[in-house]
Amino acid sequence: MIQVASTPAVLTGKHFMNGDIACAEGALAAGVQFFAGYPITPSTEVAEHLARRLPEVGGRFIQMEDEIASMNCILGASWTGLRTMTATSGPGFSLMQENIGLGMFTETPCVVVNVMRGGPSTGLPTLIGQADVMQAKWGSHGDYEAIAYAPSTPQEMFDLTIKAFNMADVYRQPVFVLGDEAVGHLTERVIIPEASAIPYMPRKKPPFAPGEGRIYEAVDDDLVPPMPLVGEGYRIHVTGLTHDVRGYPVTSAEVHDVLVRRLNDKIRLNADKIMEWESYLLDDADVCVVTFGSSARSTRHAVNVARAQGLKVGMFRLVTVWPFPGAEIARLSDRLKAFVVAEVNLGQVATQVQRFTSRPVIGVHHGGGEILRPETIMAAIEEAT
Amino acid sequence: MAPAGNVVQVHPVDHLLRYDRLPHIWCPGCGLGPTMNCFVQAMADSGIPLEKHVIVSGIGCTGRVPGYVNIDSFHTTHGRAIPFATGIKLANPELQVTVFSGDGDLFSIGGNHILHAARRNIDLNIICVNNFNYGMTGGQCGPTTPKGAKTSTTPKGNPEDALNLVRLMASLGAVYVARWSALHVRQLEKSMSRAFQKKGLTFIEVLAPCPIGFGRPNDLGEGLDEMHLYQEECIVDDNADLQDCSIDLRSHKPLVLGNFVDIERATYGEWDEA
Repeated sequence: MIQVASTPAVLTGKHFMNGDIACAEGALAAGVQFFAGYPITPSTEVAEHLARRLPEVGGRFIQMEDEIASMNCILGASWTGLRTMTATSGPGFSLMQENIGLGMFTETPCVVVNVMRGGPSTGLPTLIGQADVMQAKWGSHGDYEAIAYAPSTPQEMFDLTIKAFNMADVYRQPVFVLGDEAVGHLTERVIIPEASAIPYMPRKKPPFAPGEGRIYEAVDDDLVPPMPLVGEGYRIHVTGLTHDVRGYPVTSAEVHDVLVRRLNDKIRLNADKIMEWESYLLDDADVCVVTFGSSARSTRHAVNVARAQGLKVGMFRLVTVWPFPGAEIARLSDRLKAFVVAEVNLGQVATQVQRFTSRPVIGVHHGGGEILRPETIMAAIEEAT
Repeated sequence: MAPAGNVVQVHPVDHLLRYDRLPHIWCPGCGLGPTMNCFVQAMADSGIPLEKHVIVSGIGCTGRVPGYVNIDSFHTTHGRAIPFATGIKLANPELQVTVFSGDGDLFSIGGNHILHAARRNIDLNIICVNNFNYGMTGGQCGPTTPKGAKTSTTPKGNPEDALNLVRLMASLGAVYVARWSALHVRQLEKSMSRAFQKKGLTFIEVLAPCPIGFGRPNDLGEGLDEMHLYQEECIVDDNADLQDCSIDLRSHKPLVLGNFVDIERATYGEWDEA
């Protein structure tokens, strides 16, 4: 193995680790300094690993009394300027939703990892689900736009967790990593690059001294206001009530509409810079299988088998499930016969795909508890071609 | 008429309040005004720079206090001020973090958090303004509503026993526990000053009139009448048996006030290696 620069936070080199541990190491590489969480299968390894590793890099770990507290704790800590994170699974993600809304409305950066398991309710704690896609978008009340990454390998649990931290700081809002049990508990090779190769995109600091600017005024084209921190003398007021550019609560339909539109537009208008996907063998394809997370692994195998049989099929793998790359689906639709959507839920991404195409959309779905089998996806591909 | 040289143009605490947000939204006779005044006076006298003071609240009438105090301030979700404040304090221990919220916010919806923050002995100051009901939503029964009291959700009288907040907080290991009323402003301000000096979780309960939400259905009269009740019925006993310190505003049982607990205990993360 080639020895390259390693720091306490960035364990440069080749590793054999599961997705949950890779996620924790990705967070450390991104500079996470604060984690608050509550044990829940199948994400507990993220917390356990950070409980040991965070003190090594001068960071802080706290196990809270529940997921509601965990979410609030990382929001509070974020206002001191630290990169903060929690990790959970379905039931905990449900409990966090109200305060995810607080994070969206107060524009507080943080990363929330949801290693999805079978739901609803307690469901299948130890087995895979991919049914929290819509919850990540619509889970808290009111209108907001989500950023959610869907890793399909332990390597991506590492890489996309870093991206999640950068997007959280750039767009000033909670960002989700939607892993799933199969990826979280899968052990594979993970390559950690040199510390200098880890991209770091910081928050914008206010360009004005305390008292000389309005802290919620978005003056830049990206619609993201710079973020003053607690303890710097800005005398900030941060409220979950509708607020004006000073942060003061205002009961006004006009102010509310302006604020909610800006919060949504800062993601909508920058979506092209956020959205990511992988196109696999799509150039000459008649059929495209849309998928994400661990389902992409079964899909890749099915596509390879289909290609070997001479079927013109490819894969469109969502790396960001939110923002959803609908325009790209529409573009693909022009030259395809049909879509197949493979996901461990009963049609959450399939209905999204249907919004952007008039071609047939064949769903390969499972309620949860096992990964999709390549032969099931293969059968749908044959039906589509 | 006073000589011109003695005329003061600004109130001494004006710079500690967000003057451009006044007048506040609280009802006439509410106990929050004097309580907030005590807080900003104690804060100014604390010797701690104002930029190092932080105030965090949940939701409700008391939850509006941070919006008026001219320091870094957070108005979070209902019941969640304590974990939010815990995040701030642990991430930046230099900050002096005060949670300022109501009885319903801290002890009903947020009850789990105060339990664990006290157990952990997080270095937070918690000020609980107890007005015996949910005032913001129009006078519903809460965890401190005395048994038998009438509220909009207990029209025939509250069937539940009320929490004895000071006894509960002492049992959880809070390093400082006090109870005052919105009438006892000198003692309350001193109590807040003491809380700023203490390391660990401190708890101050402030009995506050809510003439619109609670006073009216329970024949307690105007805010001034409830202040008068505090004047008549309160006794100060720092050494009181907290078991006997429950509150029943409608009988003539004495309301026991005082600085009940002032102890030292290792805070979160501190332990004796030996």
